[in-house]
Amino acid sequence: MVDPRTSIIDERMRGIGRIIAVSSGKGGVGKSLVAATLALTLAKKGYKVGLFDLDFTSPSTHIILGIEGVKPKEEKGIVPPIVHGIKYMSIIYYSGEYVSPLRGADVSNALIELLSITRWERLDFLVMDMPPGIGDATLDLIRLIRNIEFLIVTTPAQLAFETVRKLVSLLKELKIPVIGVVENMRMNNSKTIQQQTMKLGVEFLGEIPYDPKVEEAIGNTNKLLGTTFAKKVEQIASKI
Amino acid sequence: MHEWALAEAVIAAASEIARKEGLKEVREVEIKVGELQQIELDILEFALSQLKPAKFKHTKFSIEVAKAELKCRVCGHKWFFKKEKLDESTAEAIHFIPEIAHTYIKCPKCGSPDFEILQGRGVWLESVKGVKQSNG
Repeated sequence: MVDPRTSIIDERMRGIGRIIAVSSGKGGVGKSLVAATLALTLAKKGYKVGLFDLDFTSPSTHIILGIEGVKPKEEKGIVPPIVHGIKYMSIIYYSGEYVSPLRGADVSNALIELLSITRWERLDFLVMDMPPGIGDATLDLIRLIRNIEFLIVTTPAQLAFETVRKLVSLLKELKIPVIGVVENMRMNNSKTIQQQTMKLGVEFLGEIPYDPKVEEAIGNTNKLLGTTFAKKVEQIASKI
Repeated sequence: MHEWALAEAVIAAASEIARKEGLKEVREVEIKVGELQQIELDILEFALSQLKPAKFKHTKFSIEVAKAELKCRVCGHKWFFKKEKLDESTAEAIHFIPEIAHTYIKCPKCGSPDFEILQGRGVWLESVKGVKQSNG
C-alpha cells in the first residue's frame, strides 16, 4: 500500500521561491508573531507571500492578523484566500473555534493532506509558522520539502536557547539550511544570545526588544506594522 | 473538486511506481478510498480519466471503498464512521482533512476525542500492474 499524497507535494511547491519554516525549540518565544509579521512585511514590500499556520493544535496567526470570515476556494484542490496581501492557510478554516486534539501521527497526516491539496501557485515566499519543538511537523517538512529553510526564534532565556542548540544541531546534521536566529523579547543589552548563536556557526539575524504595544495590536495589522516589534522584523526581513 | 488534487497525487504516485518497476504500459491501478474522507467517486474517476498520461491510456482504475473503523484509545471501544450523523459543514471539514474528525467526533461509549483511525481514512494506492519493458 502506498500513500499517493507525498508524490504530488514537489509539484505543489514548484512555483514557490523560498520556503521558510519559522521555528523554535520551545513554545512562547513569539514565533507565530514573528512569522505573521514577517509575512506581512514581505507582502508590503511587494513580494507574493503565503503564510501557512502549521501549529495545528494551537493555531494563532489568524488571531494575530485578525482573519475571519474567509474560506479557501475549492478548485482542483484548495486555493487559499488572500488576506492583507497574503495567501493564508490554516486548519482553522475546518476546525473553527473548536479544539483539535491531535496526536503526532494525526498531525503528520493532516500536514501531508494540506501540503498535497493546497494550490499556492506562484509565490516568492511561503512562511510556515511551525509548532514548537522538534516533533512530527518539523520532521515531516524536512522529509517532504526539499528546499526548506529554517528561521529560528528564541528569547534571551537560557532555557529557550538550549533547545535552539538542539534544533540547530539536528538541522546541521541533516544539511538543512538555517537562515539564522532571531532573539525576541530582549529586555537588556546583553549580547549573550548573539555570541552563543555565532558559536553555533549560525547567523544572528537581530534582536527584537520586548514591546508591550504588540499585545494591543493583536488582530489589527495596521497597528501591528506600526510597532517597534514590526520595524525590527522588517530589518530582519531585509537580511533573509 | 478537491478529488482532482487527490487524483493528481494518484497519477503521480502510480507513475513513480511504474517508472521504478520498468513498466512500459500500466494496465491496472487499484485504489482504496476510505469512507472517512467521503470522496465523490464519480469525480475521482473523471479526474483520473482526464489526467492520465500516455502510459496509462488503457489503464483500468479499480476503486474499492473501505469502511472507516475507529477505536477509542481510552476505553477501547470500536465503531464505524457514519456520515449521516454529521451536519453538512462538519462532513465537509472532515472531507478536506480527515483528522478534523478528532474535533467533531467523540467515542460513542466514553465521549473521548482520543481515538485511532484503524482503517478507511483516505486515498491509498493498493497496486500498480502493467507490462514490463523488454530488455532488448
